[in-house]
Amino acid sequence: MRFTKDHEWVKVDGDVATVGISKHAADALGDVVFVETPEAGKSVAKGDSFAVVESVKAASDVYAPVSGEVIEGNAALASAPETVNADPEGDGWFAKIKVSDASQLDALMDRAAYDQFLSTL
Amino acid sequence: MSTMNTVGRPTTPNKVESKPATLTGGRGLLQDEHLIFESDGWGKTGVDLPEPKTSGSDLGDLVRKDPIGLPGLSEPEAMRHYVRLSQKNHAIDLAIYPLGSCTMKHNPRLNEKMARLPGFSDIHPLQPQSTVQGALELMDQLAHWLKTLTGMPAVALSPKAGAHGELCGLMAIRAAHRAAGNGLRSDTPRNKVLVPTSAHGTNPATAAFVGYTVVEVAQTEDGRVDVADLASKLGPDVAAIMVTNPNTCGLFERDILEISRLTHEAGAYFYCDGANFNAIVGRVRPGDLGVDAMHINLHKTFSTPHGGGGPGAGPVVLSEALAPFAPAPWVVSGEDGFNLVEFAEDEAEQAFGRLCAFQGQMGMYVRALSYMMSHGSDGLRQVAEDAVLNANYIKARLSDVMSVAFPEGPCMHEALFDDEWLKGTDVTTLDFAKAMIDEGFHPMTMYFPLVVHGAMLIEPTETESKQELDRFIEAMRALANAAKAGDVDRFKGAPFHAPLKRLDETRAARQPVLRWTAPEGSNIAAE
Repeated sequence: MRFTKDHEWVKVDGDVATVGISKHAADALGDVVFVETPEAGKSVAKGDSFAVVESVKAASDVYAPVSGEVIEGNAALASAPETVNADPEGDGWFAKIKVSDASQLDALMDRAAYDQFLSTL
Repeated sequence: MSTMNTVGRPTTPNKVESKPATLTGGRGLLQDEHLIFESDGWGKTGVDLPEPKTSGSDLGDLVRKDPIGLPGLSEPEAMRHYVRLSQKNHAIDLAIYPLGSCTMKHNPRLNEKMARLPGFSDIHPLQPQSTVQGALELMDQLAHWLKTLTGMPAVALSPKAGAHGELCGLMAIRAAHRAAGNGLRSDTPRNKVLVPTSAHGTNPATAAFVGYTVVEVAQTEDGRVDVADLASKLGPDVAAIMVTNPNTCGLFERDILEISRLTHEAGAYFYCDGANFNAIVGRVRPGDLGVDAMHINLHKTFSTPHGGGGPGAGPVVLSEALAPFAPAPWVVSGEDGFNLVEFAEDEAEQAFGRLCAFQGQMGMYVRALSYMMSHGSDGLRQVAEDAVLNANYIKARLSDVMSVAFPEGPCMHEALFDDEWLKGTDVTTLDFAKAMIDEGFHPMTMYFPLVVHGAMLIEPTETESKQELDRFIEAMRALANAAKAGDVDRFKGAPFHAPLKRLDETRAARQPVLRWTAPEGSNIAAE
């Protein structure tokens, strides 16, 4: 699993990346009350806002950690946004993206580097 | 020994330590109150109406067969319902209101008296203009005050609220770029609007609504716009920047002249969010800072009421460059008196259209002008000074028990704290705010601005006396010390003394119940 400075995570299986927001991000947002995930077929560029997450405290954009085409959005989050708090780095995933440029993953942080980054915040 | 009154009855009651729940839900002399739909006055009417003279109906089969589903109440029942509800609410007429002018500051009663003069309150927008000359003159005078106080040559009075004013300003900017050949659909579009991270949410929302792409500008460590980041993002594709000054962290943008110079050099316009004008009115003229458009929330700076969400008024002052694009209508004066110009007749007029059907919120214009004239220009200057002084007094007296978000230098009209000082106490900003309710104080703005962790933004406004500020400060200090001393239960379940206890805000947001349904087993006809 790799992380961005904007607190998204990516897990790659073949050329498909599953993306979501980190536990740190979910905790910081507080109780999530609304999630909008992208439709399949949407193409996204690294850094684009591709999903929205809203908590009782704030609304945030979620940025694509890699470029590619969305093959599935996690539709279950629409009716069960609390999954993002309960299991942010598992069932609370946002979308699966078919990665167009695998080299983009190299720039992301591994768990140890991300934890180190969090300790500087 | 207890004291006795003249008939030998003790005047001090026996002290009761525990506080049993009441049998009826009432509290002291405050009544429990249900929804008006749950009153039992079904089928009742408050007044005797004669039977209609006509019989029958032309509606045939379309006549309604079910009851309409509205409760019936007598006059005292209706009054009691709303008075009881109002007793459960907090109002600035009861105590300090630390949300400040952001929501509503003290509404001087003189404003209300003026607004109720029949010449202002009983007129209609469609009356012949010759019969409303006084109202038009008042609008003209208000426009003059707003232009003078801001140092700007033009003003659009009609926008109905701050966000509506933002829309007005951005539409004027869009019209100006279009006239210059850089419209959104041109070959060289200016299609971006730069907005600092600490901005009010309405700023990016307005820019996006008008068709622009929003680009965020970073903030410096000391809570101001990062000028280097701004400079790197300005270019031929930027239409405008939107900056709040003083900003949402309660700080004056010290590089404001440089920001405006860079913006104009790049060919963009400078939109200023005037939400915090209260802190600088009479002391700083936005026109002198290079501002091209700024909305003025009349409820924030000029004390018009804001109860129940309206009616609002958000006039927009405009620079020389944007003035030709101001929306109709506007007031002109000439030999034959005052005239409300509804349509641009001259070809030179490039008004982008209009924002509302008539002239805007007349009642708010009366109140705002009443406030201005009763204070005078020296009084308005003192408003800003006292607002800033009061905020700094709170900041100074709480800074040893709470953590100030940007400790360096004075703040403007708002004192901003973060939740660093709550670390390790297991008490959150939300818990602290709820405990304030138990102590008799309305909470301050929480969790905004978003750039400050667990933000607590306190705006006392200029009208609070030192005694009231001290009362508030002592309560805040007592609560802060309780949190640090580990008295967590006081916070976690708070409020304990409010008519309603801690609400499940998460469930309310996830599963909102938007429709009233009749209680189970009742004979009320649900619609």
